[in-house]
Amino acid sequence: MSLSTVVRRDLGPADRIPLGEGREFDVMGQIVAVFRSRNGQIYATQASCPHRGGPLADGLLGGATVICPLHARKFDLETGRSVADDCFLRTYPVYLDDNGHLILDFDTAELPVFEKFE
Amino acid sequence: MSPKQRLVVIGNGMAGARTVEEILSRGGRERFDITVLGEEPHGNYNRILLSKVLSGSQDASEILLNPIDWYADNGVTLKTNSRVTTIDRDAKNVQTADGSLTDYDRLIIATGSRPMVPPFGGLRTEDGALKPGAFVFRTIEDCADIAAYARNCKRATVIGGGLLGLESARGLLEHGVEVHIVHLGSHLMEAQLDRQAAEILKRTLETMGLHIHLGRSTKCILGEDRVEGLAFADGETLNCCMTIISCGIVPNVQLAKDCGLTVKRGIVTDDQMRSVDDPDIFVVGECAEHRGRVYGLVAPLWHQGQVLADVITDTNPKALYPGSKLATKLKVMGVDLATMGITEPEGDDEVVQFNESRRGRYKKLIIRDGTLVGAILLGETEKAATLLQAFDRGSALPEDRAQLLFSLEGNKAEASVVDAPDDTQVCNCNGVCKSAIVNCVKGGRKSLKMVMEATRAGTGCGSCKAQVQQLVEWAADGAVEEDPTVHYYVPGVPLAKPELVAAVKSHELKSVSRVFDALADGREDPGSKMGLASLLKQIWGADYEDERDARYINDRVHANIQKDRTFSVIPRIYGGVTSADQLRRIADAADKYEARMVKITGGQRIDLLGIKKEDLPDVWKDLGMPSGHAYAKAFRTCKTCVGTDFCRYGLGDSTKLGIEIETRFQGLESPGKLKLATAGCPRNCSEAYVKDVGAVAVEGGRWEIYVGGAAGAHVRKGDLLCTVDSHPDVLLYVGRFLQYYRENAKYLERTYGFVERIGIAKIRAVVVEDSEELATHLDHAMQQSVDAYVDPWLEAEQPVSVHQFASQLVGASE
Repeated sequence: MSLSTVVRRDLGPADRIPLGEGREFDVMGQIVAVFRSRNGQIYATQASCPHRGGPLADGLLGGATVICPLHARKFDLETGRSVADDCFLRTYPVYLDDNGHLILDFDTAELPVFEKFE
Repeated sequence: MSPKQRLVVIGNGMAGARTVEEILSRGGRERFDITVLGEEPHGNYNRILLSKVLSGSQDASEILLNPIDWYADNGVTLKTNSRVTTIDRDAKNVQTADGSLTDYDRLIIATGSRPMVPPFGGLRTEDGALKPGAFVFRTIEDCADIAAYARNCKRATVIGGGLLGLESARGLLEHGVEVHIVHLGSHLMEAQLDRQAAEILKRTLETMGLHIHLGRSTKCILGEDRVEGLAFADGETLNCCMTIISCGIVPNVQLAKDCGLTVKRGIVTDDQMRSVDDPDIFVVGECAEHRGRVYGLVAPLWHQGQVLADVITDTNPKALYPGSKLATKLKVMGVDLATMGITEPEGDDEVVQFNESRRGRYKKLIIRDGTLVGAILLGETEKAATLLQAFDRGSALPEDRAQLLFSLEGNKAEASVVDAPDDTQVCNCNGVCKSAIVNCVKGGRKSLKMVMEATRAGTGCGSCKAQVQQLVEWAADGAVEEDPTVHYYVPGVPLAKPELVAAVKSHELKSVSRVFDALADGREDPGSKMGLASLLKQIWGADYEDERDARYINDRVHANIQKDRTFSVIPRIYGGVTSADQLRRIADAADKYEARMVKITGGQRIDLLGIKKEDLPDVWKDLGMPSGHAYAKAFRTCKTCVGTDFCRYGLGDSTKLGIEIETRFQGLESPGKLKLATAGCPRNCSEAYVKDVGAVAVEGGRWEIYVGGAAGAHVRKGDLLCTVDSHPDVLLYVGRFLQYYRENAKYLERTYGFVERIGIAKIRAVVVEDSEELATHLDHAMQQSVDAYVDPWLEAEQPVSVHQFASQLVGASE
């Protein structure tokens, strides 16, 4: 078992993401979608839709819901649950620091798993 | 465990046997010792199909529903040839003709009905039996007797032109007999048909060889020892050697009357099919009178049997039978006829009618307060299942009433989805089969929206949505939950389009986020954003405050997203006419940006596929051509043929006109995408007849303008809007039509749906004849939109949002 170590990453100023949209970030080789909702919240999830790999960061965002641009699967960004309840997104803790930077907490224990797929 | 109760059923007809089946399916075998007393020597058979036995198209054995073995297999005691003579309610037993007694705890009376035989003179022999050659038509034995007698008969009469009379007359015809129908009324099947339908039916039957006499009152049967003819009240006579009396039915109620149960026309029951006098006696079928009505059709009787079984087995002690709406089908070879409800309109009822008597086709619908209350379908009944459902449920009807009468092109499968096998794939985009939809409804999701979200059926191209809706209604069995959002313009703002437009204007809401703030308690719905953006842009034009997050990704980056996250780039090629220079630039861009495929599109353009998002601006710059808008709900292309320049058939310069159209309307946003074409002659090489708008040159220097065509998931030939003399006139009327469509269509409604919904007559009046004095406004609004056109690919030089074309960002601390 690899040790679980939480790494904290600064993704830069929040306004790198236009209000109401999402952008993908490369975090130590792993791609994460970060969303800046007009409801004031920031969300971070896995970047690809579990259905057919659609880029969720390019989806339409409203409140805590994102719609995948490929086949319109809908997800709740807080829980990662799909509206049809047939698949899940991995979610990551993310917040704004005092400088208005996006801070993402990331568990390195997951990295080897992803390397296996590379 | 309490001992089993004795359940006795009098009558082994369709109602009695079906009710026993329903009781067994609710665990009745454990609760009851069931005894069925039947007068006929058979098991139970489908009486409805007797006319087919008479005509010889089915054998008597084929219409058996429950053979004798079935009863034993299910632990039911069947006593055939057992005519019940008395019911003793005090002793709780019944006596049969052979004198034997059968005790009961619960009793079901299903004695059915018998033919009504009017007191014609000379009908009976001295012993009271029908004279040889006179028959009724009710049992398998009657069938055999009639067929045997017909062998030596040249001419037969059938007295009565109702449902059963016509069926038996048609059956007799197959025996090589000349058949005359003698009907008292002034038209056939008065209970189910109006005069027009009856007249067409009469002609259809006459072409089959039936002779029909209307308004004839039969007085007596002629002949000493056997039937030799009929004599009528007006003194006329008609020779025949046999006659079948089909004058209706009378419920068999004598047993019930004798034991003191309340009997009017039938044995009176409550809403649980229980006798109003005795809690242990139930009544079902044609002998029952429920809320003043006696039913002679099979569907009501099935429903009664289910309620009775629910109650008697305690499966649902509160089950209620609410009464039935009447619908029938005529089972006569060569005649398609389905009827339901009333035959003539009352008061303000709306009537939709189609009459093509030459081909024996007649359709009539009666609509009251938006729901179907009556229908006659003669000569073509393919819409019967759909209509029956609408009639039964009182469900909402399509605005375009023609859809109720005809299976419009492309919708052939729609009518039958309810009858289709479970594994039928309904949604061909997402591969959802009928059973998945039905199970989803049975699992508790009882609205179209919920089912679509859960199964994804209907969420692809959307062409199966009507079928999914139909299945939801059917599977929910009347318990469809009305989803209020269907009335909203977008699901996330609880207002229909007119109210929403009014609110947007009065609050001066110029951006999508302000609409959510003002009209949806600040709750943003991502699925509503694009629809709102389209509407706001329509309302505010240049003053619209564009928020890029309200756009779909394609409209943020002006390219069409592909399954592998790359994009497709289609530059505008006006009228499909390109040049060597353009082709060189396209080829160079394809090489430089490693396009994975270079494809000629259906719209006469060239598609570079597999372009990375971050390369889009550079590709556009290298191409030096404007966007083709192949990703947007907007004007896309105008296909052309080579017109008069080269083609030896060309009548008009379709190439030049196409380029003019595309130059004028390029990028014009609209509720749905717009694909246009011009054709230099009616050979239609550019498919102008099936485009949203098509201009077709005709001899004499004129152009026909077609609108509302489609050749995608839905196929439709456009309607002719008008014929004009010049290119400027084509541009004028096309522009005016497009603006009218933009202002009045629902979001995502293509022109084919819009034109069908509004109707070409109305559109022509507004656009061509200016009946509503809108032309000036429409032309002006269109000119403003045309003037506001900006090539979105100029954003290559000036991105409008941060990292607009970025694929991935990296963290500040990397």
